[in-house]
Amino acid sequence: MSHRVGYNFARLLAWLVCLSLLGACQRNENLIIIDGSSTVYPISEAVAEEFLKLEEGATIAIGESGTGGGFKKFSRGEIQIANASRPITESEIEACLANNYPFIELPVAYDGLAVVVHPENDWVDSITVDELRRIWEPSAQGTITRWSQIRPDWPDQEIRLYGAGVSSGTYDYFTEAIVGTKRSSRGDFTASEDDNVLVQGVSQDVLALGYFGLAYYEENKSKLKALAIDDLNEENGKGAVLPSFENVNNASYQPLTRPEFIYVSANAINPMMEKFIHFYLTESADLVKEVGYVPLSEETYQLVLERFENRHTGSLMAGRNNVGVDLSQLLKEAAK
Amino acid sequence: MKAFKNSFFKYLGIFSTVVGVVFLITLLVDVFYSGMSRITWDFVTGSLSRHAHMSGILPAIVGTFLIMLLTAVIAIPIGVGAGVYLEEYGKNNRFAAFLEINIANLAGVPSIIYGILGLQLFSRWMNLGASFLAGALTLSLLILPIIIVATRSALKTVPLSIKEASYALGATKWQTIWNHVLPAALGGILTGIILALSRAVGETAPLIVIGAKVFVSVPNSVYDPYTVLPLQIFNWVSRPQEAFATNASAAIVILLLITFIMNFSAIYFRNKSQGRYKS
Amino acid sequence: MSLKQRMFKERFMEVLLMLCATVSIVTTLGILFVLLKDSIGFFSKVSLLEFLTDTQWTPLFEDAHFGILPLLSGTFLITFIAILIALPLGMSIAIYLSEYADRRVKKIIKPFLEILSSIPTVVFGYFALVFVTPLLQSFIPGLAGFNSLSPGIVMGIMILPMVASLSEDALNAVPDSLREGSYALGSSQVQTAFRVVVPAASSGITVSVILAISRAIGETMIVAIAAGQQPRLTLNPLVPIETITAYIVQVSKGDVPQDSLGYQTIFAAGLTLFVLTFLLNSVSFYFNKKFRAQYQ
Repeated sequence: MSHRVGYNFARLLAWLVCLSLLGACQRNENLIIIDGSSTVYPISEAVAEEFLKLEEGATIAIGESGTGGGFKKFSRGEIQIANASRPITESEIEACLANNYPFIELPVAYDGLAVVVHPENDWVDSITVDELRRIWEPSAQGTITRWSQIRPDWPDQEIRLYGAGVSSGTYDYFTEAIVGTKRSSRGDFTASEDDNVLVQGVSQDVLALGYFGLAYYEENKSKLKALAIDDLNEENGKGAVLPSFENVNNASYQPLTRPEFIYVSANAINPMMEKFIHFYLTESADLVKEVGYVPLSEETYQLVLERFENRHTGSLMAGRNNVGVDLSQLLKEAAK
Repeated sequence: MKAFKNSFFKYLGIFSTVVGVVFLITLLVDVFYSGMSRITWDFVTGSLSRHAHMSGILPAIVGTFLIMLLTAVIAIPIGVGAGVYLEEYGKNNRFAAFLEINIANLAGVPSIIYGILGLQLFSRWMNLGASFLAGALTLSLLILPIIIVATRSALKTVPLSIKEASYALGATKWQTIWNHVLPAALGGILTGIILALSRAVGETAPLIVIGAKVFVSVPNSVYDPYTVLPLQIFNWVSRPQEAFATNASAAIVILLLITFIMNFSAIYFRNKSQGRYKS
Repeated sequence: MSLKQRMFKERFMEVLLMLCATVSIVTTLGILFVLLKDSIGFFSKVSLLEFLTDTQWTPLFEDAHFGILPLLSGTFLITFIAILIALPLGMSIAIYLSEYADRRVKKIIKPFLEILSSIPTVVFGYFALVFVTPLLQSFIPGLAGFNSLSPGIVMGIMILPMVASLSEDALNAVPDSLREGSYALGSSQVQTAFRVVVPAASSGITVSVILAISRAIGETMIVAIAAGQQPRLTLNPLVPIETITAYIVQVSKGDVPQDSLGYQTIFAAGLTLFVLTFLLNSVSFYFNKKFRAQYQ
């Protein structure tokens, strides 16, 4: 091998590089980067996949950094759409506005939070909100470690917990609804922003108890067992209610029913983005159902679309208790 | 008794080897068995999908190719250059000795630390975000020690007589290196480069730390978000549905094929260059 | 080209090449700077004593604890299992290759070791989760899906080639004269191997073990996929744990707010990892010099 071959090889390589970099030199106008909640991810993924079949010029990428992670990236201008399984907080709003990234808040679906155990777990079928609180509150860290400590007739065995990580909107919502204070939880459990990891964990551990989005339970029903939740409130539905499409839709699965959102950057609305959001809000009813969530009513989707088309920035939901909220009511009031 | 002890240890050695071989074969058979049937033309050229059976791996293949190209362009000149400097120019000075220790240490630093470095330096400070460029720069730093060490060993095998003959004819140091030493060492250097790149092809941890998206459409430019084969495998393996595990094994088959081809060609170049200068 | 031009070119090339070499210094300085900067921020809020002695690691939660011990125990538990596998097997293979095997056998075994060492770690992680864990679960009741036994075993096989070839190099470096002397005195192969060759190669073998430990400590993908994300201080290999490397991956995926204490934990953990591997590598460097000096 003489140095002649090496020289020619180097030239070919340089040429290839220049070619690729040339194509690479223009920043992509049709780039849509989405990041955030792992719970909302399946919806955005389904919408993106179907959208790409129609619009081949689009480039879409979706991450799963958790709701908090998504908002962080959004406020730095790194992404155009944030997936969120809880509303944006006051401090996150401040960050977005401080860096000049106004957002448009768009609800896209309803979701239930399923509390699950291993299918071979034969000692629990339903659980009360109070019992869940005793398992997950901060003071349980290091102290509540066995099933029998919650109900004496449960086995005297280790309870292995799997739950959302701190960047996850699911974490925020669960803690608010169950423990009573947002982001207040014990820390000694398997925490992940990726719901798939939690499914894997619970489905392979007989002593496990975990929580994550309903869609992930529906997707993996054969490997999991969902617990019926009793919130001791007769108005929502007598006794313990199982998480299911119907029970989320008729709002009887409380307190673990919540809306899911996407937050769109008002600065990033170019023709491709308009098409995408339009597609998202008009086509998602079927896709939402397919991936295991509960679609909003047709009327509500129309209100949401109007909100986008009017470029109505700001949040309806921030700074208030959203457990059991009525979306279409809120949207109508905001539109006035 | 002695004879028993003798053959006992001999068979212990054979047994240990067999354990390792069985493990490797089980791994390969398991992966190929579940993955092979999944590798169709649609899989190789298709885009990612939420449905496991419709998901293709094209974005990951394009991503792997582009990042390898970028990494090679960055790491090869710097690595070979550094190796040449240390071996040809820096023999007697203390600075070079210090560099040598430094490089030996860098070779042992876990790859995730390079990821942290890449996150802060390339992603955040240089504002490259989670782009190809940030990933390629990080991987380049990671494989640099491998290229440097391989270049140095290759240069060491070039007989002194070649250099002396060149100087005797009036050539300068650089002329000697460029025209005689490097070509003579090319086989060994090429081996090192291919091994370094085959290591980079399989690296996952640094790219996760820099930030990679889970769903990615086929990239069009180096500023686009990307995914590579090992990242896609990691994503699919983390999903509980078996169909995704099958996808993961199919992607592994492709990744292993690429890795094995690269390693075999490295060995080929190594063997070819070893025959050259017996002195 | 005039003499002046030629000299300029010479000098220019030398400086250019030197700059290439200094990239390595920039890398090391970069790593130190990045790790120390945010670690200093971390340690200004969390005392070193607390970091090293608290038995809980829950930095992101309300009842926040910042003890590195759970992550360290996870890392060391897996490393221990890995070494338990790799050391005996690797040493046996090395001794077999250097003292017993003929050339034909070597031609088969050596490529096998090379193939094993070229497999990307994410593939090992897949194998641990998808094959080894279910296999172990079928005869170990109570083995959780995420545990340290399965990744430990797989990691052991992953570092096996390293232990085997480095040890074999060390054994091969022992001059034949020592062996011949031993045989001349009437020793058998096994006595020669264990009483003469292995002790003579001991520093080289130590190098191989230390480097293997260092590699196991820094390994990320196998544990991120199969070991779990629950930091706990335990020696039980059947339950989910978390290693330092898996923690860094976990937090990086989540994008915790920058400059917060939670974010700074990545750097404190990274610094710990770096210090551990640096110490191990330095010790092995020392032994390596000793080993080379013996037979020069």
